Amino acid sequence: MSEAIETREKSTAPASGPRPARSWLRFLEPRGHWVWIALAIALILPFQLVPFRVFQLTMVLVYAVALLGLNLLVGHGGQISLGHGAFFAVGAYTAAIMMDRWDTPYPWTLPVAAAVTFVLGLALGVPAARLHGLYLALVTLAIAIFLVPLLKRFEDVTGGSMGLTLSKPQPPSWTGLAEDQWLYFLALAVAVAAFALVAGLLRSRVGRALHALRDNEIAAEVMGVRLAFYKTLAFAWSALLAGAAGCVYTWVIGFVSPDSFTVNLSITLLAGIVVGGLGSQAGPVLGGLFVMFVPSFAQDINQGAPGVIFGLLIIVVMYVAPTGLAGLAGRAVRSFDRTLRKE
Amino acid sequence: MADFIQQIVVGLGSGAIYASLALALVLIYRFTGIVNFAQGELAMFSAYIAWTFLDAGVPFWIALPITLAISFVGGMLIERIVIRPVEGAPELTIVIVTVGLFIFVNAAAGWIWSFLIKDFPNPFPDGALRAGGVSVGYSTLGVLAVVGVVMGLLYLLFRHTKIGLGMRAVATNPESARLVGIRVGWVLALGWGLAATVGAVSGIMVAPLLFLEPNMMGGVLIYAFAAATLGGMDSPVGAVVGGLIVGVAETLAGAYVDVIGSDLKVGVPLAIILVVLLLRPQGLFGKAAVERA
Repeated sequence: MSEAIETREKSTAPASGPRPARSWLRFLEPRGHWVWIALAIALILPFQLVPFRVFQLTMVLVYAVALLGLNLLVGHGGQISLGHGAFFAVGAYTAAIMMDRWDTPYPWTLPVAAAVTFVLGLALGVPAARLHGLYLALVTLAIAIFLVPLLKRFEDVTGGSMGLTLSKPQPPSWTGLAEDQWLYFLALAVAVAAFALVAGLLRSRVGRALHALRDNEIAAEVMGVRLAFYKTLAFAWSALLAGAAGCVYTWVIGFVSPDSFTVNLSITLLAGIVVGGLGSQAGPVLGGLFVMFVPSFAQDINQGAPGVIFGLLIIVVMYVAPTGLAGLAGRAVRSFDRTLRKE
Repeated sequence: MADFIQQIVVGLGSGAIYASLALALVLIYRFTGIVNFAQGELAMFSAYIAWTFLDAGVPFWIALPITLAISFVGGMLIERIVIRPVEGAPELTIVIVTVGLFIFVNAAAGWIWSFLIKDFPNPFPDGALRAGGVSVGYSTLGVLAVVGVVMGLLYLLFRHTKIGLGMRAVATNPESARLVGIRVGWVLALGWGLAATVGAVSGIMVAPLLFLEPNMMGGVLIYAFAAATLGGMDSPVGAVVGGLIVGVAETLAGAYVDVIGSDLKVGVPLAIILVVLLLRPQGLFGKAAVERA
């Protein structure tokens, strides 16, 4: 479809050409062992940090899952959504309402939230597949704006502007974990499952079809890729991931209110994935870290500072590094690797 | 009946505001094919500039032209600096850049002027014209008049000046325009400058009605999008007509449809956008795009 996306594609694919087999930095490469190392670090961290930091990391994981969904849609599918916060909110509220009204045990809320948002994504994906680029952005933006008054309106179910307060999942006693650690591991489990799901999806027929559509719609259609079908499917999967993230959000925060899911959330998510790296595997995690930590640091400078930084970075990233932080990191690793080899 | 007409008048009043911002959106879309998600925020920023002058004691009718001039130059600079590098890039990239601009301008206004709401003086006199049980506020009339004047000026500019002719040429076919010696880059910048000026007018009219704060235009923007979509993204007349229709539809829906009420009115633009895009994507007055693969 475009130059920007082609470069993105190049840098996410494993670097071509012959490569020394025993470069000691290989674990840093996209398909190397870095996944296991990251996972090992992720397993150790909650035992080393104070509860507040553990909570922050849990939120990073929640965002990462939502960004994974957005990445599937924007980075791999070439569609845009300015309303992913809405799916996130639907997932969060599905879980909250189930736990509040029917006292559903929390593990059951996840598949239901995922199913609800998947169906919703499918329903919205049908018109979305017919809408091109900016029109899709418009419609999704309008949906995100509409959701907040909608949530406030159905007060008896959603708790209106006061929201719903829920008890957080408690760790089973055999684990010996504290509450924050248990929530962290729940989020980690969902995140790992989500990453595995997306990796599988992208390696499958669906992933190839999406890449083909993103890079050249007409050529893809000529080759027999069903445009509407795959675009709708991408929308639905992406909504499912955002919904799952929303569900975990409800577990972790134990409180939902319409004002947590304003259009700002949708825009923040888009900012996160753009800066993290569209179309890359590490992008959602880096984006999650960015979305979680940059505002909390920048807030100290000025209330407007996070927005100024977000806005500037989005524009700059689109100019100089369309692959985002993940692309830059990949580039740095490769050039470091090359320098080492020369010596 | 009087009540019904009253609602229509109210609707036209808010419709005129949506129309003014939609006009700004359409100007940019016509020349550059970009939907500027930051348009509302630029309008808000202009309103803050006007407020700064007013706060310093400058009379309104002097502050207004200065603000418009600053907005015009600002709009041109944004095109040159921010949009130029991604010109011709895929839609996705451009949408993301204007969203970045949206976040940046919004936060920058909050940083400079704080997020506290500010009172913005109304340039139009208080009171209302009354006729047969229907009252029309002077500010409503004022807003309608301003939109009419802006519309007329744009018409004169496009139809009866050489610059306007050049701009229309660029909108129709940039490559041919370049071949006959029109500086396309500058025309695009001019389009952004004009759009920013029209947006500034809209921001200054909205500010006294909604209070001035960085998120002021967030709500208006979605109505303006609906107006532009309904009228046709490339038609200035369509933007104004669309704006008025959206304003009236929203007010009537809020007043007479119980399910919608005043809180779900924001669903109206969403419904309008969806219906128009699915049934008649070019809008009421727009030209259908014909694509050659």
